[in-house]
Amino acid sequence: MSIGHTLLGLLEGGPRHGYDLKRAFDERFGHDRPLHYGQVYSTMSRLLKNGLVEVDGIEHGGGPERKRYAITDAGITDVEGWLTQPERPEPYLQSVLYTKVVIALLTGRDAADLLDVQRAEHLRLMRDLTQRKRGGDLSDQLICDHALFHLEADLRWLELTAARLGQLAKAVRS
Amino acid sequence: MSGQDAPAEEPRSRVSVTRWAADLAMGGRFAVTGGRESWARTIMTAVGVGLGVALLLLASSIPTAYELRGERSDRRAALGFEVDPKPGPDTIRLGQANTTYRDQDIEGLVMAPDGDSPPKPPGIGHLPHPGQMWVSPALKKLLDSDDGKLLRDRFPYRTIGTISHDGLSGPSDLRYYAGITHKTFDRVGSDYRIDRWGTKNVGKPEPLNPALLLLIIVGCVVLLLPVLIFIATAARFGGERRDRRLAALRLVGADIHMTRRIAAGESLFGSLLGLAVGTGLFLLAREIIGGIEVWGISFFASDIVPSTPLALAVAVAVPASAVMVTLVALRGIAIEPLGVVRNATPKRRRLWWRLLLPLLGMALLLPLAGGFGSGSGGGDMKAYQAAAGAVLVLVGTTALLPWVVEAVVERFGGRGSVPWQLATRRLQLSSGTASRAVSGITVAVAGALALQMLFTSVQAEDATSTGQDPTRAQLMVSVPVANGTQAHDAFDRYRTTKGVRDLLGVTEDYISDVHRSKDDPSSVPEEAITIADCPTLREVVRITSCKNGAVFLVDSPSYYGEGEGFAKPGAKVNLAYHDDGTPDLREKKVWTIPRSATKVKPRQDPGGGERTGIFATPGAFDVADLPDPQASAMIRLDPKVPDGVEYVRNASAVLSPTIDVMRLTSTEQSDEFTVIRKALFIGATATLLLIGASMIVTTLEQLRDRRRLLSVLVAFGTRRTTLSWSVLWQTAVPVVLGLALSIAGGLALGVMLLKMVGQPLAVDWTGLATMTGVGGGVILLVTLVSLPPLWRMMRPEGLRTE
Amino acid sequence: MTPAGSLLIATSLHKTYGHTPALDGADFSIHPGEVVAVMGPSGSGKSTLLHCLAGIVKPDSGSVHYNGRELTTLSDAERSGLRRGEFGFVFQFGQLVPELSCVENVALPLRLNGTKRKEAEDRASAWMERLEVADVAHKRPGEVSGGQGQRVAVARSLVTGPRVLFADEPTGALDSLNGERVMELLTEAARESRTAVVLVTHEARVAAYSDREVVVRDGKARDMAGVR
Repeated sequence: MSIGHTLLGLLEGGPRHGYDLKRAFDERFGHDRPLHYGQVYSTMSRLLKNGLVEVDGIEHGGGPERKRYAITDAGITDVEGWLTQPERPEPYLQSVLYTKVVIALLTGRDAADLLDVQRAEHLRLMRDLTQRKRGGDLSDQLICDHALFHLEADLRWLELTAARLGQLAKAVRS
Repeated sequence: MSGQDAPAEEPRSRVSVTRWAADLAMGGRFAVTGGRESWARTIMTAVGVGLGVALLLLASSIPTAYELRGERSDRRAALGFEVDPKPGPDTIRLGQANTTYRDQDIEGLVMAPDGDSPPKPPGIGHLPHPGQMWVSPALKKLLDSDDGKLLRDRFPYRTIGTISHDGLSGPSDLRYYAGITHKTFDRVGSDYRIDRWGTKNVGKPEPLNPALLLLIIVGCVVLLLPVLIFIATAARFGGERRDRRLAALRLVGADIHMTRRIAAGESLFGSLLGLAVGTGLFLLAREIIGGIEVWGISFFASDIVPSTPLALAVAVAVPASAVMVTLVALRGIAIEPLGVVRNATPKRRRLWWRLLLPLLGMALLLPLAGGFGSGSGGGDMKAYQAAAGAVLVLVGTTALLPWVVEAVVERFGGRGSVPWQLATRRLQLSSGTASRAVSGITVAVAGALALQMLFTSVQAEDATSTGQDPTRAQLMVSVPVANGTQAHDAFDRYRTTKGVRDLLGVTEDYISDVHRSKDDPSSVPEEAITIADCPTLREVVRITSCKNGAVFLVDSPSYYGEGEGFAKPGAKVNLAYHDDGTPDLREKKVWTIPRSATKVKPRQDPGGGERTGIFATPGAFDVADLPDPQASAMIRLDPKVPDGVEYVRNASAVLSPTIDVMRLTSTEQSDEFTVIRKALFIGATATLLLIGASMIVTTLEQLRDRRRLLSVLVAFGTRRTTLSWSVLWQTAVPVVLGLALSIAGGLALGVMLLKMVGQPLAVDWTGLATMTGVGGGVILLVTLVSLPPLWRMMRPEGLRTE
Repeated sequence: MTPAGSLLIATSLHKTYGHTPALDGADFSIHPGEVVAVMGPSGSGKSTLLHCLAGIVKPDSGSVHYNGRELTTLSDAERSGLRRGEFGFVFQFGQLVPELSCVENVALPLRLNGTKRKEAEDRASAWMERLEVADVAHKRPGEVSGGQGQRVAVARSLVTGPRVLFADEPTGALDSLNGERVMELLTEAARESRTAVVLVTHEARVAAYSDREVVVRDGKARDMAGVR
């Protein structure tokens, strides 16, 4: 789960305060696990150090320091790379993939393409497993099958998400 | 259930009646609302039942139609009696003036009333005055047409109106009533008087010849059985889909009895609709039949009325049998909630009861051999026995078919070309469907074949050899003449008629002995005298040499022994006769037979008759001396002139309106048989077409159920021709087997029928060939009609299932 | 990906059924011995693509090039001949002739091509043995299990030694164990004889037997091999 990429993606819509970022993140992705503010702070300072964001302005007031962050060109390239790079197919990818789809929809990128690429990646692994299964003994086969079924489940989820992209885009942009 | 007390019975039975009604109604609703497929099935059933009903209604109309037609014929009959009524104010002088025009018989009467209040025949406004005539609409049409140009010359009368419906036997009746003067009647050979029209024996037809009766009984069986089979087939149309729907009903809780009742309701609805369709078709056919003439017989549409009990029987039996068929068909399968379970391994068809039926039929027919209609009593019983026997043989033949098809097809074993393999394997899997459709053909062909055999043989006997020789002369005319001069004139008129190449004219009369008979003083021996020229004489007596002035004698062996006749060379004979036709011995006119007269043997004339008596050439005897001569002309036609006969007939009409020109033929046939035979042939053809239609429906249904398979076969490159041939084989195999079986059954039945009426055995090869040809035609027809839909279904669209 | 050396190449295929576009500019290519999965949601045009590639359906526009010949310009008879001789077919269901025995079904394509019955059935038996269904040779399709029936269908599709095998949801009606066995046997046999396989499926585990996949969406085909 890449919180950095997610926050960067959220920043693509325009500069935000750290607190706004946390709220936006929680609203969309943090249903059961809200982000700690400290996490936001440390992530943002790492991104700042790497030149992916810059400080757009600071508000001083009665509370904590309120920096406003904006994404840099390097940051946009980084988000782009993250979205187009398929995830290594492994179990329980859905939260990452979901985040990526939402970010892609928010930033006006082609989410269907993202899903196609991810499916190709999944299939590649499934092909490898199928190949291994054919050569292997029964225990190999059973282990491979386990992985294959999990991958298939993810793939089905990808298909379903792809079929519902239109619906999702409407919900995200509203 | 059985343990319940009696009082509980009452309400339960009421419940079950409403239950029944509700289920039947539900079935009816499915027939309508079950979507396109249901509709198609309902319509197919309705059309099938409708065709059957129409045919049955037509068949049940035949008796009434004949009766009505006969009544009208009877009412207009003009029968002469032994003793004519005395001329009076209410008598009419009549002459039969029937004629023939290009094989169409025209009935006509010439008439002249004796007084002021003559009775008139039905259908005309008043009696025609001399020179006027009433014609039937059909004759009017013929006269007005280009075809009838030649005929117009034959009637020197002015048409004053058409005979109405009352005076006609049917719309194609060719008939006229013409008025002539009493003077013209002098030229009418046989005139008579009547004082009323019609005959008294209305509604009392003479009993039919037993062979004819048998023909009609078997004919009806042959026509009606296939119709019943067709109805049975129609009620099964679309059965598989219906079964699937019933299975769906079982899933939501219907029990087996309910599904049966629903199915019954569905087919009841279809067949009730069919009843309506059939009534409509019947009314339509009635109008069509009312307008056309088949082999000289026509009916008014209003004549074709089904007899009430028969119509009622049809109305009840047809829907009932459709429901029965449905229930019987459902017995073989189990409709379970999860689908239709057919008896996995269908029971092998058993042979014994199938063989039992025809054997039983034979057993019924055998005792009748030689004794049918021999007057030994129990006529009705025998007729029923014969009918039952024939039905059993025919039904048995049909029942054997599924067994034969199954047994034969099982032996094919998948050899041969791909289409053949596909067809035979298909038949092996379900030979029942194929057999059912073909069974109708089996009955029709077996029956028709048996009838044909009976016909041929009965006809052979009935078509008596006439002894006529059409190679020597083609026409024979008898001209009523008053004296020898008129005879001479008549011959001259014919000689100069267009189309006549040659004419042999004889003038005949009677002469008598100059004394009363020695053995029987009350009578005077008589002998015929024939006057003709030498060439003509050669045609009627066996002579080697002849020149004008010669006289020949031929003894008539029936009256006198050899040489005992009074007409001997040198004998005197009397030529004088009274008006009533008896010899006048008081004022004798004596002629002496020349001593040179020679005795010769008779020769059959072209008309098949043998003449005896005195034969004189015109040089030896003057025809003008004959008191009451009869002129006969044997005419040779010029084959190059078309319608020569018609010119001769026209020439005759000038001589006398009542002259009958006889066409010489070597054989002649009873009209009765021709009519029945042809009627049965129409029926058989119609039946075969019906069966063809049901086979087409079955084949199409089968193809539609296999639409996806067809598409798959196309996908891997199956040629159209391959599948077309397989359809052909699939139709041909059962039909050929059915034909073979029906030929066997038909021959067996035919032999039995011939034995029953005591006719010699004769196989009707042409009939056999015709039936085989018709069977082949049905195969081709079914295949051809199935091809366009087959090709349509072979389109790749069938692969699209998503 | 590169059309060079391809056995079957389709470019910008369009096909409309009624008013519904089934294919809207789809491209496709396959090499000898290659197994290509055609994936995509229901109604995306997968089957239509297969039908066009196999010459069962003529596309409204676009070209299908097979081994030096342009399928779209061939007559129906020529295309049928091609399908008999060089293509093989496996479908999801309803493809075996119910009245023929299994071995007769397998021999059918050979017989349609004019091979004698005896020889055709011998070759059919060999293929049935290979697909492990020799024991049902003389049963009718209605008497064998779904998996056996599908193997019979695969045997039938391979019996003519086709250059391209078209399989439309070949395991759609089977459970996973039977489905995988069928796929194993099918791809193994195809690879050995260098038969190209066009495999239409919506199941990932079936598609995993392919070398690459093509995704059809909204009538367009996307080759995923070059995407990384």
